[in-house]
Amino acid sequence: MSMTQQAAPAVETPPASGPQQTDGRTAQRPLALKLLARPEVGVFLGAVAVYIFFLAAAPPVREASAMANILYQSSTIGLMALPVALLMIGGEFDLSAGVAVITSALTASMVSYQLTMNVWVGVIAALVVSLAVGAFNGWMLVKTGLPSFLVTLGTFLILQGVNLAVTKLVTGNVATDNISDMDGFDQAKAIFASTFQVGGVTVKITVVYWLVFAALATWVLLRTKYGNWIFAVGGNQNSARAVGVPVTFTKISLFMLVGLGAWFVGMHNLFSFSTVQSGEGVGQELIYIAAAVIGGCLLTGGYGSAIGPVFGAFMFGMVNQGIVYAGWNPDWFKAFLGVMLLGATLINLWVRRTATRR
Amino acid sequence: MDRFHARSRRVAPFVALAAASALLIAGCSSSSGGKKSEEGGDNASAGKASTPRMTVALVTHQAPGDTFWDIVRKGAEAAAAKDNIKLIYSADPNAGNQANLVQNAIDQKVDGIAITLAKPDAMKDVVAKAEKAGIPVVGLNSGLSDWKSLNLLEFFGQDETVAGEALGKKLNEEGAKKAVCVIQEQGNVGLEQRCAGVKKTFEGKTENLNVNGTDMPSVKSTINAKLKQDSSIDYVVALGAPFALTAAQSVGEAGSKAKVATFDLNKELTGAIKDGDIAFAVDQQPYLQGYLSIDSLWLYKNNGNYMGGGEAPVLTGPAFVDKSNVEAVAKFAAKGTR
Repeated sequence: MSMTQQAAPAVETPPASGPQQTDGRTAQRPLALKLLARPEVGVFLGAVAVYIFFLAAAPPVREASAMANILYQSSTIGLMALPVALLMIGGEFDLSAGVAVITSALTASMVSYQLTMNVWVGVIAALVVSLAVGAFNGWMLVKTGLPSFLVTLGTFLILQGVNLAVTKLVTGNVATDNISDMDGFDQAKAIFASTFQVGGVTVKITVVYWLVFAALATWVLLRTKYGNWIFAVGGNQNSARAVGVPVTFTKISLFMLVGLGAWFVGMHNLFSFSTVQSGEGVGQELIYIAAAVIGGCLLTGGYGSAIGPVFGAFMFGMVNQGIVYAGWNPDWFKAFLGVMLLGATLINLWVRRTATRR
Repeated sequence: MDRFHARSRRVAPFVALAAASALLIAGCSSSSGGKKSEEGGDNASAGKASTPRMTVALVTHQAPGDTFWDIVRKGAEAAAAKDNIKLIYSADPNAGNQANLVQNAIDQKVDGIAITLAKPDAMKDVVAKAEKAGIPVVGLNSGLSDWKSLNLLEFFGQDETVAGEALGKKLNEEGAKKAVCVIQEQGNVGLEQRCAGVKKTFEGKTENLNVNGTDMPSVKSTINAKLKQDSSIDYVVALGAPFALTAAQSVGEAGSKAKVATFDLNKELTGAIKDGDIAFAVDQQPYLQGYLSIDSLWLYKNNGNYMGGGEAPVLTGPAFVDKSNVEAVAKFAAKGTR
């Protein structure tokens, strides 16, 4: 359900909207207002506000290398926020997304190390496991009709326990062994965790993937049949089914897409740090969801964009690092983070309300 | 029709994937690294006592997946195996829940209890109950200043504060001017105590930095940001081996001259000390804390001994590991026992 459509029947004519209107539906609205009604514009303005704020408050932010650092943090959140956002547009949650990243990294690391295989074997095994976890989430949801909150809360707890217990069982420790001297590691690192230079600044490859995937997701969402299906199942599942949208396929594939994202970020973690700790990832799922919501996706589904979460993740990375660049008292860190995010979300909300009011 | 299409579309990639994996597994073993290159180490076990089987509970305030506590537990398990003890291990970072776990052990009528006193007041009542039930209780790790008032039999280990103070003194010797203490879990009592200890003895300036320990890329970025924000930092103090290794990466990326020091050890960390990426580590010998607390309960039951005579604690650290002695420690750290 888009806000614009909801607001449409109110036939109050805007004073400066041009000469012609016969009924509310065809009323021309100023371009600026139309733009503001897009889901990502509010968060864009919020992100700009936060950026300007820290430009003033924290001198190191003005350097290009600091921006590269902020973008790196944003990209590792943003890469997961994208599929999570698509899933939310499709009307579902995934609370297991944070630990699923670690599950994937642990699988790749342990498979290749324990079997003394080329690391690519582990990478493929991890992909299979990640997609399977996603498929399981989706299948459970579709078969049982339970809310995704409950289903994925279950997987979240299961994965958290399995991560710890299996790692302990297989390696005897709570972290995996270092795989950096194994065959294929350098290759995989070049793909998942390399860096490159832009004008003397070292930029992480994840930033590129993040933006490319966001562009891809935007195209899928706005220009393909699958994109329409996502909006349809998130808006109203029954009417979607009635008009021939394959609801089951769409939902399961969306969960598998989150699995794919978890695999990608998990591989980045593994190949940039060589080892993985089994207890990591807890709490990250809320950050992904937060980035998607700040990015204009509604918690109720059916509304949102893929580009919004990019700004949402950027805002999170900016606030997270900006507080450190500004040198504020670290005890207040989380409180600052919360206040800034809430503030940014309010700007976001206000912009959207103003834009869709008539 | 649509459903059939959807299904076949979903299955095809799996088949392709399975085929690809089968091919890969057939011809893709790694010629370097991996488990095969790892030598099979012996565990520090030597026979088994012929004393009657007894049951001992070890109840700590471990957070799930914490490396430090994993080593404590390994030490306890080694002692239990040797002393013919059935070890019941349980842990909860929440003090109230930890007290419940102790009560659970009392209900099971165990022969001895070893506990950590991260929040001594919360443990007072259950310790008194254990005493009433005639179960000897020993303390380990945290609670150096409280174990006597709670009437524990003996105490092994050291306060996090003492370890922090030792690290602070070492920083003075190294001539450091400004240190940043990286806390990977905001509000964790033990971690805050370590940083407070450093601050107390270190003559330069100490600042704390909170990072999100469940997200390594975020840890890396945040330390990087801090080094940029304050270029006078010449020592990064990490509070756990994995975070020290990440801090070393941040230092390299930020182009900073800062050195990295840390609490606790692991396999990769000893390698990094050897290579000079990390200056030194302070080790509280967690294995010893676990081992001694279980072994002491066995001694008490079978021969009435108790270390320190109920007056003095048994200190397990601080032991420093740097380039000069890392060789001796590395092979034990490789097994995950030191």
